[in-house]
Amino acid sequence: MKDTNAAILDVVNLKTVFSTRDGEVHAVNNVSFSLKPGELLGIVGESGSGKSVTMMSLLKLLPMPPAEIRSGVIEFDGQDIRQISDEELRRIRGGEIGFIFQDPMTSLNPVFTVGFQLVEPLRVHMGLSRKAAKKRAAELLELVGIPDAPARLKDFPHQFSGGMRQRVMIAIALACDPKVLIADEPTTALDVTIQAQILELIKELRQKLGMAIVWITHDLGVIAEIADRVAVMYAGQIVEHAEVKELFANPQHPYTRALLETLPKMNEARGTRLASIDGQPPNLDHTPVSCEFSPRCPYAFERCRKENPQRREISSAHDVACFWDFTSGGPFDA
Amino acid sequence: MLDENKPRKKPLVQVKNLKMHFPIYRGILKRQVGAIKAVDGISFDIFEGETLGLVGESGCGKSTVGRCVLRLYEVTDGSIDINGTDIATLSGVELRAKRPEMQMIFQDPQASLNPRMTVGSIISEPLDEHMIMTRDEKRERVGELMDAVGLARRFADRYPHEFSGGQRQRIGIARALALNPKFIVCDEPIAALDVSIQAQVVNLLEDLQQKFGLTYLFISHDLSMVRHLATRVAVMYLGRLVELGDAETLYMTPRHPYTQALLSAVPHPDPAQAGNIERIILKGDVPSPANPPPGCTFSTRCPRAQAKCKQDSPKWREIGEGHFAACHFIE
Ligand SMILES: Nc1ncnc2c1ncn2[C@@H]1O[C@H](COP(=O)(O)OP(=O)(O)OP(=O)(O)O)[C@@H](O)[C@H]1O
Ligand SMILES: Nc1ncnc2c1ncn2[C@@H]1O[C@H](COP(=O)(O)OP(=O)(O)OP(=O)(O)O)[C@@H](O)[C@H]1O
Ligand code: SF4
Ligand SMILES: [Mg+2]
Ligand SMILES: [Mg+2]
Repeated sequence: MKDTNAAILDVVNLKTVFSTRDGEVHAVNNVSFSLKPGELLGIVGESGSGKSVTMMSLLKLLPMPPAEIRSGVIEFDGQDIRQISDEELRRIRGGEIGFIFQDPMTSLNPVFTVGFQLVEPLRVHMGLSRKAAKKRAAELLELVGIPDAPARLKDFPHQFSGGMRQRVMIAIALACDPKVLIADEPTTALDVTIQAQILELIKELRQKLGMAIVWITHDLGVIAEIADRVAVMYAGQIVEHAEVKELFANPQHPYTRALLETLPKMNEARGTRLASIDGQPPNLDHTPVSCEFSPRCPYAFERCRKENPQRREISSAHDVACFWDFTSGGPFDA
Repeated sequence: MLDENKPRKKPLVQVKNLKMHFPIYRGILKRQVGAIKAVDGISFDIFEGETLGLVGESGCGKSTVGRCVLRLYEVTDGSIDINGTDIATLSGVELRAKRPEMQMIFQDPQASLNPRMTVGSIISEPLDEHMIMTRDEKRERVGELMDAVGLARRFADRYPHEFSGGQRQRIGIARALALNPKFIVCDEPIAALDVSIQAQVVNLLEDLQQKFGLTYLFISHDLSMVRHLATRVAVMYLGRLVELGDAETLYMTPRHPYTQALLSAVPHPDPAQAGNIERIILKGDVPSPANPPPGCTFSTRCPRAQAKCKQDSPKWREIGEGHFAACHFIE
């Protein structure tokens, strides 16, 4: 709209709530982010912080009910996808937006061959003939580094190793030349040597295909390696967001700082104690009315317990939702 | 042969030529058609009071080693000497008497705790089995153990599901400590935990080691955590050890091509360095342990493999002081 370098995906104040027998779960609270073509946005945060639910909300991939998107605008390629028909949404899913799910075995269908699972979306979304789709399917498997690709189209998912299945998932997500790829912990279950293969592949594909990527992970090492920008989530909110080098060099949220400090350094002397984040993870049964990190935060003061801090800009490529100001070493006043 | 004046570290655990082959049966007659060579002839020592890290890719046999060393499996071959007794050949009764000395902490705190038992009874179960104690003595011991792992004593009557992942792992650790063990096998004790909680559990394991003089075999695929915790590190590939050495030396100057590739694959949480790290990308996947390649088992993926590697199995030998490796091309 206003931006010259327009975003391909623009999410504003997304709020997703689950209604369960034990009451509401406020999984996503006013999350906003945007993604430009060709960019890689990393999302980090502890288990249960709302990373997966945020991304699943975008394409209504959640069971509704219990899930409900209470508010928010989700603009993809100029259209509000909360307003479009189910049919159009289906066209976008697996077409213009590719998705790699957290658990490969739940998303690959064990009773169909890998070839069938690749050919189907190509025919449905791209309108390719059977023959053309098959040819393209083999190319895709080759692209993700599966040897002897044409022959392997006839194999079932269980005939591939874990790392290969993950590559098959990537091939399926890439099948229809998506404009945006959402990858939910795509390498978490893999060994580092296989992870290194996949990261290399993603870097290569980004250059070749120029798509925008959202990469969810809890591994800050992976983020450091591939992300352009990072959003840190805590209790269903983005608490800090910055360009990747800036975030690691100059973290401004106490949670981000603690997270970076808990990591053992590869070049640190043995015997140094690890920093840890004590206390309980947050309870999500309400809309936040205070800083959700305040019970665990060493900097918390009165205001933190009475008001939920909103994201404020530190520089053009960096914002944080916290009342503490590390520059002045005191409360931020505005 | 050795300098008599130099104090020798005493091995608490000595494993020699350990093999664990799981038979594969096929057909209606259930004939054995082969074997998964999960552990295929490995030897190592663990010194008293140290932490030996055991690393390697999924399926390479780490957990199997851990289980064999506590004789939770009947091993195919080899000896396992713990504190002067070869436990690989002990009878049932003798083994039972030895059990209190050696314990295990499991990966999944959820699955290893009985959901219908209170925390107090979970921790005191080993006491019921191995000790003659009055109820009060037991209650006091459980209290002490809960203190030691940082769980409030008033939680003793609660059930596992009422705890967080990190707290559940503490329950498992308290239980493992109940009988005053000397030696604990920790099989991926932090893998199921969130990053923010991992540090708590690792710090706890270190404190307990100091306090009680424990010896650990620490199994993990988290190479940076192993570097933080371990005194020495053993690297495993497809049922065999490829390298073993002092943690510092091994991480700074890995000698085996597999160790080099494995360590280079670890992403560093430092974007300023992201472009500078030279990464060795291994091609392909790990071969099946039911049908390992001839010669060096790493030869199918090794960037330095020569014709010789496809034929001859490299010997496990000392390449520097206390530094072992199995590769034809290390001087
Ligand atoms: N179907 C559901 N019903 C009720 N609550 C749910 C449901 N799915 C998710 N939640 C809750 O929503 C919150 C956010 O979950 P989400 O899966 O987004 O976390 P995450 O950040 O992806 O965590 P992880 O790193 O473990 O994958 C959690 O508290 C979770 O328990
Ligand atoms: N009880 C068993 N019967 C048959 N095969 C087994 C058994 N236990 C393990 N294996 C096989 O032995 C090999 C080594 O398994 P193990 O569990 O020791 O690996 P690991 O290194 O601990 O892997 P991970 O990192 O995934 O835990 C694997 O191929 C596994 O499938
Ligand atoms: S707002 Fe307050 S409690 Fe929250 S992170 Fe900042 S200083 Fe800590
Ligand atoms: Mg998730
Ligand atoms: Mg294991």
